[in-house]
Amino acid sequence: MKTFKIGGIHPEENKLAKEEAIEVFPIPKQVTLFVTQHLGAPSTPIVQAGDKVKVGQLVATAQTLVCANLHSPVSGTVVKVEPVPDMTGYRKLAITIDVEDDIWEETIDTTSEIRKEITLTKPEIIERIKACGVVGLGGACFPTHVKYMVPPEKKVDYIIVNGAECEPYITTDHRIMLENGEECLIGVQALLIASGAPEARIGIEANKPDAFEHLQRLASQYPNIKVFKLKTKYPQGAEKQLIKSLTGREVPNGKLPIEVGCIVNNITTTYAIYEAVQKNKPLIETYTTISGKRAKTLKNYKIRLGTSISEVLSTVGIPENTGKIVSGGPMMGKAIANINSYFVKGMSSLLFIDESESKRGVVEECIRCGKCVTACPMGLEPYLLYALATRADYEECEKHGIMNCIECGSCQYGCPAFRPLLDMIRVGKNKTGYMIRTRNK
Amino acid sequence: MNERLLQVSGSPHIHSGESVKKIMWSVIIALIPAFLVSIFYFGIPVIILTFVAVASCVVIEYLIQKYLLKGEITIWDGSAIITGLLLAFNLPANLPLWMVVIGAAFAIGIGKMAFGGLGKNLFNPALAARVFLLISFPVQMTTYPIAKPIFHLGADIITGPTPLGILKEGVKNGQPVDSIMHSTQMPDYINMLFGQMGGSFGEVSAIAIAIGAIFLLIRKVITWHIPVSFLLSVFLFAGIFHWVDPTMYANPFFHLLTGGVMLGACFMATDMVTSPISPRGMIVFGLGCGIITMVIRLFGAYPEGVSFAILIMNSLVPLINKGFKPKVFGVAKQK
Amino acid sequence: MTGNVIIDAAILLGIVGLTAAIILYFVSKVFKVIEDPRIDEIAAVLPGANCGGCGYPGCRTLAEAIVKAGSIEGIFCPVGGEKTAQKIADILGISAASAEPKIAVIRCNGSCENAPAKSFYDSTLSCAFAHSLFAGESACAYGCLGCGDCAAACKFNAIYIDKLTKLPVIVEEACVACGICVTTCPRNIIELRNRGKNGKRVYVTCRNQEKGAWAKKNCNVACIGCGKCAKACQFEAITLTNNLAYIDYTKCKLCKKCVSECPTQAITAVNFPAPKKEKIEVSTTSEE
Repeated sequence: MKTFKIGGIHPEENKLAKEEAIEVFPIPKQVTLFVTQHLGAPSTPIVQAGDKVKVGQLVATAQTLVCANLHSPVSGTVVKVEPVPDMTGYRKLAITIDVEDDIWEETIDTTSEIRKEITLTKPEIIERIKACGVVGLGGACFPTHVKYMVPPEKKVDYIIVNGAECEPYITTDHRIMLENGEECLIGVQALLIASGAPEARIGIEANKPDAFEHLQRLASQYPNIKVFKLKTKYPQGAEKQLIKSLTGREVPNGKLPIEVGCIVNNITTTYAIYEAVQKNKPLIETYTTISGKRAKTLKNYKIRLGTSISEVLSTVGIPENTGKIVSGGPMMGKAIANINSYFVKGMSSLLFIDESESKRGVVEECIRCGKCVTACPMGLEPYLLYALATRADYEECEKHGIMNCIECGSCQYGCPAFRPLLDMIRVGKNKTGYMIRTRNK
Repeated sequence: MNERLLQVSGSPHIHSGESVKKIMWSVIIALIPAFLVSIFYFGIPVIILTFVAVASCVVIEYLIQKYLLKGEITIWDGSAIITGLLLAFNLPANLPLWMVVIGAAFAIGIGKMAFGGLGKNLFNPALAARVFLLISFPVQMTTYPIAKPIFHLGADIITGPTPLGILKEGVKNGQPVDSIMHSTQMPDYINMLFGQMGGSFGEVSAIAIAIGAIFLLIRKVITWHIPVSFLLSVFLFAGIFHWVDPTMYANPFFHLLTGGVMLGACFMATDMVTSPISPRGMIVFGLGCGIITMVIRLFGAYPEGVSFAILIMNSLVPLINKGFKPKVFGVAKQK
Repeated sequence: MTGNVIIDAAILLGIVGLTAAIILYFVSKVFKVIEDPRIDEIAAVLPGANCGGCGYPGCRTLAEAIVKAGSIEGIFCPVGGEKTAQKIADILGISAASAEPKIAVIRCNGSCENAPAKSFYDSTLSCAFAHSLFAGESACAYGCLGCGDCAAACKFNAIYIDKLTKLPVIVEEACVACGICVTTCPRNIIELRNRGKNGKRVYVTCRNQEKGAWAKKNCNVACIGCGKCAKACQFEAITLTNNLAYIDYTKCKLCKKCVSECPTQAITAVNFPAPKKEKIEVSTTSEE
């Protein structure tokens, strides 16, 4: 069993919904698509009010490098293209479409037949991934094609596939591995062709033995794909930690995984890549776990993008005393401020956190227990960074490596004094980053 | 839809449930075995003395917070209780009670609150107070009652020296260590292990302290780094000298089991506030404590040096924190 | 015997002191840093609060910069104001330009009542963080977050957060217009404006650039960009950009026409004698 060495914690797993098969959420009457569903610049809408669209039709294009295409998840008429409040309450440009029927673009293969043989060439695969608007579905939503635009002097040794799913509660990756394992592996094959890497390594945490065995069995037909069991430890699925666990290589700080010859993709992303490459199907759905200790129903939904969050909430019901609704995992996800918003790419969960658990504890004095230091997977000193960020001493923040923070939240999770370590470190990181950028100009 | 307003905050959205209060009460629970053993050997005075120490620590903290700082009252976080307990554990069972109160006032007033309260103190308050008392009242602080089981009803408390005192005195008089060890005053190793010997009442029983320490390790309140490096350095330091000249220097096991080494290594040096933060720093801290302890024991004027050693190392903690950073991900290989 | 000890001690201490003095003397001679004496002179007339209001980290660095530049053009100590500028100019032997006294104003009136909370913020009390996290409890993406970064940044205790309204309040007597709050506020709500005659000021207490309907949805006193104020103003002091009115304080003649014209009471007038109350502090607008 492999794992990373520095830091890490083991929060309660709470994989409550792991037995629930993926269910398709009914197509809503109206969808609203934000043009920023990914990391990077917003994409540019190419439709206007009154236009008829089909499922899978391109509605917003990527104009810059770090950007992703956006396709209509439904067929119908565009109602308006204007800013709408997103999950955080800030208004972002969005395309609203009234749904009529469910007519797909003819170019998309909608059959359920598994297509094993990859006919596309290396540049074609990357182009297809880009055209289909695939982004990393592990949470960051980084446009996938950008990772495969490897500088010519660099060589890719490993494709690393993240099946760790180290966040508590979330079970979509687990379900995808069990239900669509075959397709995922074909997706990985496509990535191997796209990168020219000789080997792919899939890491799965030990708390998913069924998924591990299933994938290992499937992978036996592919000599270049190896499946590894990883110790159940948070943040096992963080990019740098996963590379360390699976290859023993350490990404130098401030550098990208490609520096050590690795490209990391999430397992659900490989499924999306399979659909894009083999079926020509763009990314128009998100896989979402509905969970929580007191959740009325536990679900793993496949939801069309742009579906209203409140519609899903009224279907599953909000449990009593819900303090917080979190999209993404409880460790790194975002608390939803505005439930009258819409599903976006990579929104992997709706978690109901009970008020008793979600309310922050009363902040006390730091007793220098060092739990944050031993928990930090990057070997940083969160208590110190917190103090420096509070003092607005960003020069010192930089010296103590604040920019290496991966914002996993391990420090704050275990702090006995309930200090909001990550909050202030984020502020410090933000300001320090700004300071560095202005200095380099 | 939902009447209640949704909470918004930064991630993480869950917490381990660990709290300062829980940590402090764990330490208190871990001290119970040693406390029971002390009662067994030294009787009722132990209970009275402990009660006085704890009560005065708590009351003094309350008074300072209420009337001097006019701030929040935090006596129930348990830290003052621990300070009181540890202070009491470091005193001879027959110390006059008014001295205990003075010690408590020093521990809380000067050792802790003067620095800004919990989390800000540089020195372990209980140890600072013990050393303060030791220097102020040397006679009373080094007159220890003889340990005997509680059922053994004797008349008055008879006082006697600690094993380390016997050793120091003997070596000074030019006796070979071997004969000191076999003198009638000296307890045998079994008694040392269980605590039937002279000394500050909380430090006598190595086994009871070890049980408490194991509880703390399991509860993850302390890590192995400080106790192990402390004990190991005492053992090695004593061992080397014993190996070089067995007639002058005592067996390393003797040094481990006597005096405050066990209590110091497991409960005093591991105090979170006054020990280094990174594991590497902790090891350095433990080694330093062990070596200074042994230097004082073998070459100093005092028979015992644990309190001084820990206080000296306490003062170096900020430096250790600066010098021994944790291993940072992604930089190790560049060297 | 005792006499000897005292004499010995005195001699010993004397020798130690003398040696130390000699060493110190030579060290100060050898390692002397030669700098322009005017730096010290200017530093002496500066307030010494190191507030950073001038844009330099501290008063001494400002003094160094002034001496290096040889002029005070574009450099202004908001705390010391004109008097200090004059003194510095005297030291440098140049003439000082004049600047009108200013004060910070809070351009948001989204109190708990005017802009009811739609969510509950339960994180670090830091506007910078809250701003990065979400639109705010009131869901207004332009409004005050009420975490008090400005109050924490103020070196002169001139800002506090009102417990009822959860909005910052400027203490007029204490504010020196150093401008640190202006740069601290992540939402650019605070502005330095002329203090005005007898402290009279008229300004728009809203920064919302949304269209009227969206703005009004979150806050009862938001500027809806209707432009009535701009039409009412006879001095062309009011401009409308991005659905938001702005009163140019250099043109405003404090006639208060706009205040009564505004349908959402988004324009605030302070320190005008009110018909009922004697004086209005940071206020809801007067009826007239």
